[in-house]
Amino acid sequence: MLTNLSIMEQKIHQLQELVQLIVGRTAKSSISQPNELLIQQQQLVTADLTSIIVQLISTAGSLLPSVKHPHLSADPSNVSDGVLPNDDNSKDNNNNNDSYTNKNMVHKVEDQSNESDHMDVHEEHESKDDDDVDEGENLPPGSYEILQLEKEEILAPHTHFCVICGKGFKRDANLRMHMRGHGDEYKTPAALAKPHKDTGSEPKLIKRYSCPFVGCKRNKDHKKFQPLKTILCVKNHYKRTHCDKSYTCSRCNTKKFSVIADLKTHEKHCGRDRWLCSCGTTFSRKDKLFGHISLFQGHTPALQLDEHKGGGVTVGVHDQGNNNNDNNLEVPKDVGFFDFNFNSNGSGVQMGGDPGACFSPLNMETCNMNGFQEFPRSLFEDSDSFSFLVSGSCNYLWKNGGESSSKDLQ
Amino acid sequence: MKKQKCIREDDAETQINPFDFLAEEIVFLILDYLQTNPFDRKSFSSVSKSFYSIESRHRKTLKPFPPTTNHRHQLKKLLNRYPFVTHLDLSLCPRIPDSCLSYVSNSCGKALKSIDLSRSNFFTHVGLSYLVSKCVNLVDIDLSNAVHLNDTAAAAIASCGSLERLCLSRCKSLTDIGIGCIAVGCLKLRVLNLKWCLGVSDLGVAFIAVKCKQIRSLDLSHLLITEKCLPLLLKLQYLEILVLEGCCGIGDESLVSLKQGWKSLKTLNMSYCENVTHVGLSSLTSTTTCLQNLSLAYGPMVTLAVSECLQKLSQLQSIRLDGCHVTCSGLKGIGNSCFSLKELSLSKCSGVTDDGLASIVMKQTDLKKLDITCCRKITQASIAHLTKSCGSLVSLKMESCTLVPSEAFVLIGQHCRFLEELDLTDNDVDDEGLKSISRCSQLSILKLGICLNISDEGLIFIGNGCPKLVELDLYRSVGIKDAGICAVAHGCTALEMINISYCENITDSSLISLSNCSKLNTLESRGCPLITSVGLKAIAVRCKQLTKLDIKKCFNVDNSAMISLAHSSQNLRQINLSYSSVTDVGVLCLGRVGCLQSLTILHMEGLSGSGLAGVLLGCGGLTKVKLQSSFRSLVPRLVIEQVEARGCVFQWRDKVFEAELDPKCWKLQAEDIEF
Repeated sequence: MLTNLSIMEQKIHQLQELVQLIVGRTAKSSISQPNELLIQQQQLVTADLTSIIVQLISTAGSLLPSVKHPHLSADPSNVSDGVLPNDDNSKDNNNNNDSYTNKNMVHKVEDQSNESDHMDVHEEHESKDDDDVDEGENLPPGSYEILQLEKEEILAPHTHFCVICGKGFKRDANLRMHMRGHGDEYKTPAALAKPHKDTGSEPKLIKRYSCPFVGCKRNKDHKKFQPLKTILCVKNHYKRTHCDKSYTCSRCNTKKFSVIADLKTHEKHCGRDRWLCSCGTTFSRKDKLFGHISLFQGHTPALQLDEHKGGGVTVGVHDQGNNNNDNNLEVPKDVGFFDFNFNSNGSGVQMGGDPGACFSPLNMETCNMNGFQEFPRSLFEDSDSFSFLVSGSCNYLWKNGGESSSKDLQ
Repeated sequence: MKKQKCIREDDAETQINPFDFLAEEIVFLILDYLQTNPFDRKSFSSVSKSFYSIESRHRKTLKPFPPTTNHRHQLKKLLNRYPFVTHLDLSLCPRIPDSCLSYVSNSCGKALKSIDLSRSNFFTHVGLSYLVSKCVNLVDIDLSNAVHLNDTAAAAIASCGSLERLCLSRCKSLTDIGIGCIAVGCLKLRVLNLKWCLGVSDLGVAFIAVKCKQIRSLDLSHLLITEKCLPLLLKLQYLEILVLEGCCGIGDESLVSLKQGWKSLKTLNMSYCENVTHVGLSSLTSTTTCLQNLSLAYGPMVTLAVSECLQKLSQLQSIRLDGCHVTCSGLKGIGNSCFSLKELSLSKCSGVTDDGLASIVMKQTDLKKLDITCCRKITQASIAHLTKSCGSLVSLKMESCTLVPSEAFVLIGQHCRFLEELDLTDNDVDDEGLKSISRCSQLSILKLGICLNISDEGLIFIGNGCPKLVELDLYRSVGIKDAGICAVAHGCTALEMINISYCENITDSSLISLSNCSKLNTLESRGCPLITSVGLKAIAVRCKQLTKLDIKKCFNVDNSAMISLAHSSQNLRQINLSYSSVTDVGVLCLGRVGCLQSLTILHMEGLSGSGLAGVLLGCGGLTKVKLQSSFRSLVPRLVIEQVEARGCVFQWRDKVFEAELDPKCWKLQAEDIEF
């Protein structure tokens, strides 16, 4: 306990020093040259700061049993203080504005110049934040505690950081194992012991989580707010709903996921979609295909391509243009890598491709070009130039489906 | 002789030449009346050049023989001659490769409305897609028995948007995917036959029901479908004929679960549906009230409960209960129903008694067709009731009603004057009975097989009294001699089919008199040892329409008969020469018969391998050849391969030589096997 507290103290001192440095810098630069370079520097510094704060939080989190309960609940708000300026400013400020005016559960920093001051008085603020949280507690009739982690915290790959070298870990236990290498003081049974759950005397409130994305149903400001149960839920929800899908299935090169577990689940089944519609939509079950074609005029079941080859190969999975388009419509602000491809190259494919050609046996002869022998893919993915343009090929398939598909979307 | 006839007609034309004054439409109308006999049209076209061209332009239906389709230039000539052909029947041609199909589609083009490929092979989806792309007005395609066709072919057919009739029976490689393509592409489908398409499941059938709203007739026999597709089939508002024969997946639960019935359905065939009992039937009949024809053959036991189900169908006209177990109360229930039956089939039903049958026939007096084949328990009482109340009977089939005495058949003749079809095979009918039956002047089909008590005397009455007789079966009716046959041949000149097999006393004079019936197309004279080539020659010369000839065990028939057959009977399709005295020369002559399809040769001493090879190569249209397995080594392998490549199937038999049995002895033996 004591050692941990001392670490905390050390940490805070380090922080203070750092922040003072920053303040000096920002003050200078903001006066002299308010240009892009300054902003960049500022952002760099704040990024460093953020990481340190995150470390602090994780340490604090690991010390949870020894610290009073509200302490932890205050932490997210502190993080938000430090983190905010990091991000694409306008958006997050808006977010925070909303939440600030409405409930003020989390402490806000609206002005970037104020940031360092808040950092200075980090400790003092904690008590205040506690109050804030308590105030926020009695809002819903269900009287559960709503916590809202900020975006960066949710997306942080590691939640436990080494105070000495800064290395991050996903699990507390792994961190403790790592700490042993930094000296004998970390080898004591107390240091190595698993931190116990909070056994505080205060009546424990049920914790529920809110998504930081404003307008989301999981955001506490939403009219029909539905809280998330655990931190893991928050993480998965946020990644799935509000983040780019950066994990692409290596088999079909079409399906994308933001949660790696989802990708793994998909990859287990990828390539089993044998039922193909003329619009390019694939189905893992025949009845689903027939449900689809009976809904849309003009859609016909496409022949299974393995018939042409005579072998036992199955058709590769081609993603639904529909799904991806849906997602793109939902998150129009983020123009990411894939979306960019979608816009630029998608049209190119549309023009170049002959919609009818993709099912002809001729094209299937070249199926295995990319080395995916188990999962031959059709024309558009065969050509090397398009093989990585995932969204592009999606759009192509969607285009194939004709008008009814687009109706489907609207 | 043909030439002479032509010349005569030619002379007549040059003298009068009335056709010059007639518009082509009127000549077309005249030609419409020449449809019944193909030879009439042939003679018409050979009258003059103008007649030839008129006939060419008038002809709508074409049924080419294999040599034509096997040779490109002949096919070209044929299709050029008939430019307005709308129906192309290729059922005589076992080999239709893609090239042939593409040629046909190019030359027929948009005129073609209907094509029959049910007996053809060797074409693929490529040819079909070409056909469909060129002949855009196709309405009817028959692809039965195309076991080699898969979903790709179905996808090809799917691009034929005008299609209304499609027969895909026994297309076993077809799956739901192919059916799905067809359903999307052919939205105008009215008649669809999916019999034995085992790859098609509930999904495909349900999808057809979703897309093809115009369907009138749907055959789903022997498909592995369940109740899942039935609710969607119910939505076909024009469906009139539904065949669910042998759909074992459909049971009582499926039928009970149906909320509504088919409002439009008129014909329902649920034969061989083993899992359907009165429970399901009751649910079905209470909602499907318009039903007129119902078949429950080889299905549930016909009890009072079943008959109560049927009573709800007030418009019912025809019931088929073949092979069902029938109870007396069930039959009584059917008899007391409010509907008025026109057709009832109790063929091979067990449990049909005099009581039961009488209760039906006494109430259902409008009966036109009755089938009581193998109802072995009925006696004269039934027949007495039947004849008394059902005077308007048109068809009566009572094969093997063994307890019915000879007197009963007198009653039939006395009361059922309008009979057109009478099957008395294996009954005790005698000459008195025949005398009485000869009063049925409308009789066209008479089956007297295995009637050992009849003789010439009775048959002479038939010959004199039934001029409309078309089909006569005297199989193993050993009492028949030449006199009877001669009387029939002179009295019934419309005769088309006659079976005199194993009537051992028949000689050439019978055949000579039968040659009087110019429409004769089937002659089965198996096991008539007294017949020689002289009689057959007469038949060959005068019965030009002969298509089926069975002279098995006519030991005295030799090559000269074959020579005249080859010369005169160019329409011969099927011949059985087993045990005859024909040798290489005769068999080689048969090679000149262009449209011979089926050839059976077993136990022919004088035949060598080379002779056989000659006939095999000569007949381009052979589809089925049955041979003694000893010939296998005698015929060169390449010849067999060549013939097989044309679409012929070989059946190698290893039958032992059978000596002929005494007729009485044969019947006893047959009964031994039966019981």
